[in-house]
Amino acid sequence: MVRFLEFTGKPFVMMIEAFGKVSLLLFSTLAWMVRPPYRIHEIFKQMEFVGVNSLPVVLITGAFTGMVLAIQTYYGFRMFGGESLVGATVALSMARELGPAITALMVTGRAGSAMAAEIGTMRVTEQIDALYTMSVNPVQYLIMPRVIAGIVMLPMLTIVSDFIGIVGGYFVGVGLLNINSGIFIARIVEFVDLSDIINGLIKASVFGLILSLVGCYKGFNTSGGAAGVGRATTQAVVVSSVSILISDYFLTAVMF
Amino acid sequence: MKIQLVNICKAFGDQVVLDSLNLTVEPHRITVIIGESGGGKSVLLKHIIGLIRPDAGSVYIDDVEISALNERQLNDVRKNFGMLFQEAALFDSMTVGENVAFPIREHTRLTKEEINIIVEEKLRQVGLKKVTGKMPAELSGGMRKRVGLARALALNPKIILFDEPTTGLDPIRRDDIDRLIVKTQQHTRATCLVISHDIDSTFKIAHKVAMLYDGRIIEYGPPEKIKNSENPVVKNFIEGKSSSEQ
Ligand SMILES: Nc1ncnc2c1ncn2[C@@H]1O[C@H](COP(=O)(O)OP(=O)(O)OP(=O)(O)O)[C@@H](O)[C@H]1O
Ligand SMILES: [Mg+2]
Repeated sequence: MVRFLEFTGKPFVMMIEAFGKVSLLLFSTLAWMVRPPYRIHEIFKQMEFVGVNSLPVVLITGAFTGMVLAIQTYYGFRMFGGESLVGATVALSMARELGPAITALMVTGRAGSAMAAEIGTMRVTEQIDALYTMSVNPVQYLIMPRVIAGIVMLPMLTIVSDFIGIVGGYFVGVGLLNINSGIFIARIVEFVDLSDIINGLIKASVFGLILSLVGCYKGFNTSGGAAGVGRATTQAVVVSSVSILISDYFLTAVMF
Repeated sequence: MKIQLVNICKAFGDQVVLDSLNLTVEPHRITVIIGESGGGKSVLLKHIIGLIRPDAGSVYIDDVEISALNERQLNDVRKNFGMLFQEAALFDSMTVGENVAFPIREHTRLTKEEINIIVEEKLRQVGLKKVTGKMPAELSGGMRKRVGLARALALNPKIILFDEPTTGLDPIRRDDIDRLIVKTQQHTRATCLVISHDIDSTFKIAHKVAMLYDGRIIEYGPPEKIKNSENPVVKNFIEGKSSSEQ
């Protein structure tokens, strides 16, 4: 029994501990955010990296998600003659769920992993120590700009993803499956509220916080040379993705 | 500025690296620390700038106990420091010029042109030309080391810590860097702490030499005292004899 508790309890305790440490890093990040210098240049650099450079992948995944949604709902809804609702279903699914989630997962793979790798390399080659010796706080210089970029850019990318997903759905629904174009759009306008979109963007912002904070945390606590950097990168992606999907459930349950 | 280490103990796991070490580094002098590889010299240096905190004991900089300061307070104290890392620790996302300019940009309000002049000057002092636009990955190990040196000296710090400034350089460059350290010290009256493996250059530049062995300073004094030390460990070290040969 004791061994069973130890076996199941240990990962649990470690999880709580890690959660505590990430929270501490978040508080430290917030504290350095309001202290000068404000690192505007670094923040814009990270926004470009997280946001602008993620556009191609977000466009492609968003478009195909919308397209596949249109096909799937079409085949389902046709059984009871509900083809006219395909547009609204695609739009609602994109705005409330798939836009934020797909975007966050793609950006985790692209930018979250890069954050862990870059900061991890800086850790094992003593570049972070060098920052300390030059009186530059690495939380302020490295982590704060990335976290801000995550929080701000994920909603922006999600808007793009939502929009291109609906365009993809329209292309498949109206172009290939011959749904009436006017009805397709009218149903979207009728069923999608602004609050659906806004709630999706709030989710995206939380996901952006998660993926940047986890990426930075894993990188910042890297040890053990190149192998350690590899480990940190993998863990950053896995932990971020799992956390995003779990928090997605709870956010959705609270919001809708 | 005076540096004082009092009863410093540091262990990593069950490996004891520093064992109640005491050392007072005189202000406005060059002190060289010698000792065998893996003996804890780099660890000692990192204690002085607060990168590593001692398990027990205290580090004082001009009577401020820095081992008791928090990260924000340390941030202020460190503005007096310049440090050259053993592996240079250049920022690999920045060019050589940006690396050297980094501390200047962070802590002064000089214009771009003024900063560029200082950067060129510092790079010239360490014998580097036409590398300003290169990335650290494009440089040789010895060149990286010298860029690190230029970066450490960029703000004319009051305390300069050098972790093996001449390791990996050819004899002529080594001599240049030794001269540069002496000249910089005379010019800025900085307190310099140099880690070295090179016995010749140690005796050339040092006002004081300290030998680290077994987690303690076992010999300390002017170069003559070290040269004439009766301690067999010190004797063997400066004569380059392995102690197992005896
Ligand atoms: N962060 C660390 N974690 C664990 N052990 C460490 C750490 N840093 C140093 N050590 C250990 O402390 C000992 C002293 O290391 P240090 O780098 O100070 O040696 P050194 O005297 O500078 O050697 P060298 O002349 O080869 O540079 C080594 O045995 C090393 O394994
Ligand atoms: Mg060393």
